[in-house]
Amino acid sequence: MEKELFETDVVIIGAGPVGLFSVFELGLLDMKCHVIDILDKPGGQCAELYPEKPIYDIPGMPSVLGSELVDLLMKQIAPFNPTFHFSSMVQEITKLDNVFWEIKTDHNEVFKAKVVVIAGGGGSFLPKKPPIKEIENFESNSVFYSIKNKEIFRDKELAIVGGGDSALDWVMNLEEIAKKITLIHRRDQFRAAPDTVKKIFSLIESKKIDFIMGQVSKLSGEGGILESLTCKTTEGDIEVGCDSLLPFFGLTMKLGPIANWGLNLDENLIMVDTEKFETNEKGIFAIGDINTYPGKLKLILCGFHEAALMSQQAFRYVYPDEKLTFQYTTSSSNLKKKLGVS
Amino acid sequence: MTKINFIEFSGAEHSIDVDNGNTVMEAAIQNNVPGIDADCGGACACATCHVYVDKDWVGKIGEAEEMEKDMLDFAFDVEENSRLSCQIKVSEELDGLTVRLPEKQF
Ligand SMILES: Cc1cc2nc3c(=O)[nH]c(=O)nc-3n(C[C@H](O)[C@H](O)[C@H](O)COP(=O)(O)OP(=O)(O)OC[C@H]3O[C@@H](n4cnc5c(N)ncnc54)[C@H](O)[C@@H]3O)c2cc1C
Ligand code: FES
Repeated sequence: MEKELFETDVVIIGAGPVGLFSVFELGLLDMKCHVIDILDKPGGQCAELYPEKPIYDIPGMPSVLGSELVDLLMKQIAPFNPTFHFSSMVQEITKLDNVFWEIKTDHNEVFKAKVVVIAGGGGSFLPKKPPIKEIENFESNSVFYSIKNKEIFRDKELAIVGGGDSALDWVMNLEEIAKKITLIHRRDQFRAAPDTVKKIFSLIESKKIDFIMGQVSKLSGEGGILESLTCKTTEGDIEVGCDSLLPFFGLTMKLGPIANWGLNLDENLIMVDTEKFETNEKGIFAIGDINTYPGKLKLILCGFHEAALMSQQAFRYVYPDEKLTFQYTTSSSNLKKKLGVS
Repeated sequence: MTKINFIEFSGAEHSIDVDNGNTVMEAAIQNNVPGIDADCGGACACATCHVYVDKDWVGKIGEAEEMEKDMLDFAFDVEENSRLSCQIKVSEELDGLTVRLPEKQF
């Protein structure tokens, strides 16, 4: 993959509600942001875990759905035109000199920024790995939890496991190029877009794909190359020949690379002060669910407050020679101009 | 108070007095029973609070709702007696309920 270079004032790691709102607070103080998230969409936990559930404790909003809050935040930060980098995981942060940090992702994106804001919540949303015995032996060659290049499945025999949108979308996507697809799911009901489900049933009926109602219990093969798997079904075990396994069991949050950035941690949370929400490294801040300090509450409201105070100190790094004056969005013509409402 | 028994995959047992109205998942988390992750805090959105209900109790705790059945698709090694523990509300009728925990919640 080609290396891509970006230079900006602030890199925000995590596009959850707190990462998003910090674009606003930083933007009011004239700082440009790039936002990176491993998910393919903004919103963090609100978008991934509870888009349809109401939140009752956002000040001034008696009730707002997770997805609505994300939409509103996106609208609120739009005037500052942040650049998003989705489906990318931040791997490394290195100090370049006394001013700049270098941030690298698993997609070969390299950022140079004066300030890093870690709004990583509970860590990266990563695909769940089913606890099948010895699955890790096959992970480098034959087991795929996400797909970057579907061409590698051309003329392959695939076993796709799961009954949600990801599993079914990939069945449809790979049906043309794979030699054979066996869809494995524990029941004959699927939880996906009705149209997708209809198409899957017709693929099964027309025998374009095989369907087995059961659960994978064993993988077999030599030297990390999958040859077949065993499926536990109500009619006993079934052996399925396949050279690739694609399990889709949803996502789970794992701390991930954040642990390796040389920051002081307490039980997997980044320790910060409560004035600037800065870590032990000057210029690296941690806000939202990922940080800890005496009295910390993992609430969106608290993350928003942290974003506001963090921005004050970030300004001092980005504009060391400028003076910061406190202003209200209601009355400051300067701020209103930035928001496009003057 | 209602007694709920948790049996870890290793066989270790925990017998816990739970306030009625709490969920089985909450009982486990509040009492540090290992083996239940509950990533989503009980929103029926993560399937990391999967338990196996003791066969004798399957009939008594009632059926899972559609949403829970759908979410069970994201658990591993799901059996007839699989439930998501955040969706089981503790009440007097469940006194003595035994649930077994899977080897791993992912
Ligand atoms: C079911 C449920 C209900 C809730 N209800 C409420 C409520 O009513 N009120 C309330 O205030 N709070 C509630 N919360 C908590 C609230 O959702 C969190 O406090 C909030 O999401 C934290 O926001 P955040 O931006 O800090 O982190 P998150 O929302 O966790 O977002 C962090 C993002 O960072 C990304 N990330 C992490 N590491 C990396 C990396 N290395 N590279 C790239 N991306 C990375 C993750 O993929 C994730 O998308 C609830 C939570 C749950 C699960
Ligand atoms: S705690 Fe997430 S589904 Fe039960």
